[in-house]
Amino acid sequence: MSSVPRFWRNLGSRYNLEGTRCKECGEYFYPPRNVCVNCRRTGELESFKFKGTGEIVSYTLIHTAAEGFENQSPYTLAIIKLDEGPSLTSQVVGEPEKMHIGMRVKPVFRKLGEDGERGMIYYGTKFVPADA
Amino acid sequence: MRDVAIIGVKNTKFGELWERSLRDIVVEAGIGAIEDAGVSGKDIDALYIGNMSGGRFVDQEHIGALIADYSGLSRNLHVPATRVEAACASGGLALRQAIITVASGYSDIVVAAGAEKMTDVGSEEASSALAAAADREWEGMAGATFPGLYAMIAKLHMHRYGSTSEQLAEVAVKNHKNGCFNPIAQYKNKITVDDVLKSIMVADPLHIFDCSPITDGASALVLAPADVAHKYTDTPIYIKATAQASDTIALHDRRDITTLDATVVAAKRAYSMAKLKPEDIDLVEVHDCFTIAEICAIEDLGFAEKGKGGIVTANGETAIGGRIPVNTSGGLKACGHPVGATGVKQAVEIVTQLRGDAGKRQVAGAKYGMTHNVGGSGATAVVHIFSRER
Repeated sequence: MSSVPRFWRNLGSRYNLEGTRCKECGEYFYPPRNVCVNCRRTGELESFKFKGTGEIVSYTLIHTAAEGFENQSPYTLAIIKLDEGPSLTSQVVGEPEKMHIGMRVKPVFRKLGEDGERGMIYYGTKFVPADA
Repeated sequence: MRDVAIIGVKNTKFGELWERSLRDIVVEAGIGAIEDAGVSGKDIDALYIGNMSGGRFVDQEHIGALIADYSGLSRNLHVPATRVEAACASGGLALRQAIITVASGYSDIVVAAGAEKMTDVGSEEASSALAAAADREWEGMAGATFPGLYAMIAKLHMHRYGSTSEQLAEVAVKNHKNGCFNPIAQYKNKITVDDVLKSIMVADPLHIFDCSPITDGASALVLAPADVAHKYTDTPIYIKATAQASDTIALHDRRDITTLDATVVAAKRAYSMAKLKPEDIDLVEVHDCFTIAEICAIEDLGFAEKGKGGIVTANGETAIGGRIPVNTSGGLKACGHPVGATGVKQAVEIVTQLRGDAGKRQVAGAKYGMTHNVGGSGATAVVHIFSRER
């Protein structure tokens, strides 16, 4: 799935939903960007911690799992629009039949996946229904 | 800029070619195209090859040099060879680079090829290699798969526009029907809507029959300046437009996930360059990596109103004999999807159609054809327009 440093260097974003915000135009970015897509070199980015609440833009129940996610199959994957503006891709934990477009969600800290039996275990943010 | 023509084409058989290597299939396609054009190795000024992931599929990089070598273009002729990569749009982009180099006057006779050898690894490893076309760190690490990303497009398309699983299935049914008439197609069997709906679910609402297969195959084209094209062939096919556009690598960063803005922009640029409108196009090869992708493509290219792609398909408007035949080759679904070859194969199909050589799948009187090749979930789109007349 990934190398240790590749995952480790983003721990702040993966554990705590840290992204960035452009001081010039006010747009929020998650995952963090170093260059604002609107202002480019004239923008100035500062780190920003998202609340984590948002709603489901779209979702799917994945039956044929991605490599490293076989144990979790089937699992719900969704695009979630955070209240501050940006969208991200994450799993939503809960009963698949209760998921719907527009459903409010909130973040939870969960195991994401693992590199086989002896490999690294990855933790990070998943989402659950806001009323859960 | 000079006008550019295609003077030779060739596809290998598409399918699970276990007895053949990457180099075997590219050489067959390249030599076939060169013979079709009636040129010889010493006429060739440059070679471009679209290949998505030789590194993952056959553990081989430096594909340009490998192909030039085994085509007999290296040791004596030292022809420059360049590999082009844009995930599943690698082939379309190789063609675009070849067109640009001929149009600029830098080179005259140029080969544009595309190839992928995907069955030397198992299907899990192949899927993981394909997933590298998405954002590995922010989609892949969350558990996204390619069918999963397109399933989310489908889910929202259905929610917003009322598209149905039956309409999606009609894409696969049509493309399998077309594939029956294409000698190189991976699948030459008819299927029904019921077959699609009863096939296993990969990522809801996409069934396995909504997905293009894993395929080995290679395709090649020979390009020449339009002014000299008639020296080589009686039926040169002219490039009227080459256009390309980018969008965000991750699906979640798009303005609207049911529209591929890169396709919309590339098409707009292509129509403008060719001075044509969607109504002028007689047939189109679109990037149907999933059935929903064909529905979005015909909308984004201007052949159907946004949200009506499913209805238009179910009405038969995209069938051979319909208003705008789509994927006469069988598309990625039935002809197969050797990722690096696909964009070039689409052009081979359009050239074959415009020459009038498409046999039972011929679109009568076709004058203008279009190809639409997509990388990833829509981060790259490449659109070409071809014409029978200069």
